[in-house]
Amino acid sequence: MTQPFDRRSFMRLSAVSLGAGALLRFMPFGTTASGLPLGNLLGSRNGEAPGPFSIVQLSDTHVGFQGPPDPLGTKAFERAVDAINALNPQPDLILFTGDLTHDSEDPAEHAKRFAAFKAISGRLRVKKRMHVPGEHDAALDGGTLFREHFGETHYSFDHRGVHFVALDNVSSGKPIVGAGQIAWLKKDLARYPKTAPIVVFTHRPLFDLKPEWEWFTSDGDEVMNVLAPYDAVTVLYGHIHRLNHTSVGKSQHYAARSLIFAFPEPAAASMAEKKPLPFDKTQPFRNLGIREIKGDGARHALSISDVELTSRELSGTEGVQQILRQGEFL
Amino acid sequence: MNRFNKFLIALLLTLSLAAATALVAQPGTTPRVVEINAKKFEFTPNVVTLKKDEPVTIHFTSTDRAHGLFIKALKIDLDADAGKPAEVTITPHEAGSFGAICDHYCGAGHGNMKMMFVVE
Repeated sequence: MTQPFDRRSFMRLSAVSLGAGALLRFMPFGTTASGLPLGNLLGSRNGEAPGPFSIVQLSDTHVGFQGPPDPLGTKAFERAVDAINALNPQPDLILFTGDLTHDSEDPAEHAKRFAAFKAISGRLRVKKRMHVPGEHDAALDGGTLFREHFGETHYSFDHRGVHFVALDNVSSGKPIVGAGQIAWLKKDLARYPKTAPIVVFTHRPLFDLKPEWEWFTSDGDEVMNVLAPYDAVTVLYGHIHRLNHTSVGKSQHYAARSLIFAFPEPAAASMAEKKPLPFDKTQPFRNLGIREIKGDGARHALSISDVELTSRELSGTEGVQQILRQGEFL
Repeated sequence: MNRFNKFLIALLLTLSLAAATALVAQPGTTPRVVEINAKKFEFTPNVVTLKKDEPVTIHFTSTDRAHGLFIKALKIDLDADAGKPAEVTITPHEAGSFGAICDHYCGAGHGNMKMMFVVE
């Protein structure tokens, strides 16, 4: 579910438990085979007792991208940072789901783009920021630059009773997770009971959303088979530069808007029409946005609110002229 | 074994050999080979026509860097690099037009690197 984004409504969303977003109900934590409440188990194993939390997902900032269709460069990303910094209370952590940078054939230039990304993201007041690479970050160099800046491309951690798994389906160059990472995932998940809430964040969809547009992961079925026994799996991803919600078995898959430009609705267009939506200078941030995910801790539910960077209140205008110096890009 | 039986056995052997030779030599039993080359950011040729229910070998080469050739519907998922060709033999059973993409990220024009397979 979406609503126009403005600072006031975002503040309201952050202050009200479930906001206006889609409600994802996690299975009750229940008990483990040993009879211990799952919350106790998670707390004892990773020091993270279940509790309320708020996180924000940002995706596809493509720092370094210039030219059509979007003449605004990093402006939407910077707006998003300002909006998040205005939240009170602040989110616990930020998830970046890939394509942080736009690639360059010149490694030195690409390194500059990573530095530019970090300069902007470094302005976030939230210091716990987790990243996965997109193909524009990691496919040309196998993830070397990404690792230099952010560490491993796949990993897991626990937060407030939820197990988070970062998966890399880009750095081999192909849309694939790979046997090694799937084996790691099996081992990682084996520590948890089947009722454990799990959030996977990755770049490409783990199901066949539109393979002819490369909106898929070739071994996504194998990944989902590993996750299938778990009752409460949410997958957050980017790559497609538009909202999408798809249920695959018991799991829920949510694509986020980008912060650079939008792609068209896949069901309504032919293959030849896979190209960015045209830039609308009367609504420069249209179809761009961010996502807030809340866990209530007590009811074991997630709420997801997608907010679009379109409002007059946020941008100061619906038009581009007051965002940029007039004539700068137009 | 009398002379007639020897003649019959020789005849049968000859006919069997002829039949086997005819089977091997039948057109279509050895897959046709279709060559496809990739370079930034295009396939050559960019349209290939196949026959329904006829086996065909796709021989995929690259002249510059790693590229992919992917069509899920036809079970084609190949990767080639310069000097490292790849091939697969398939038998399409459904007529139609199938878009193929490069699914090995290769740079700025990667998103528009595609071609068409037509099965008649």
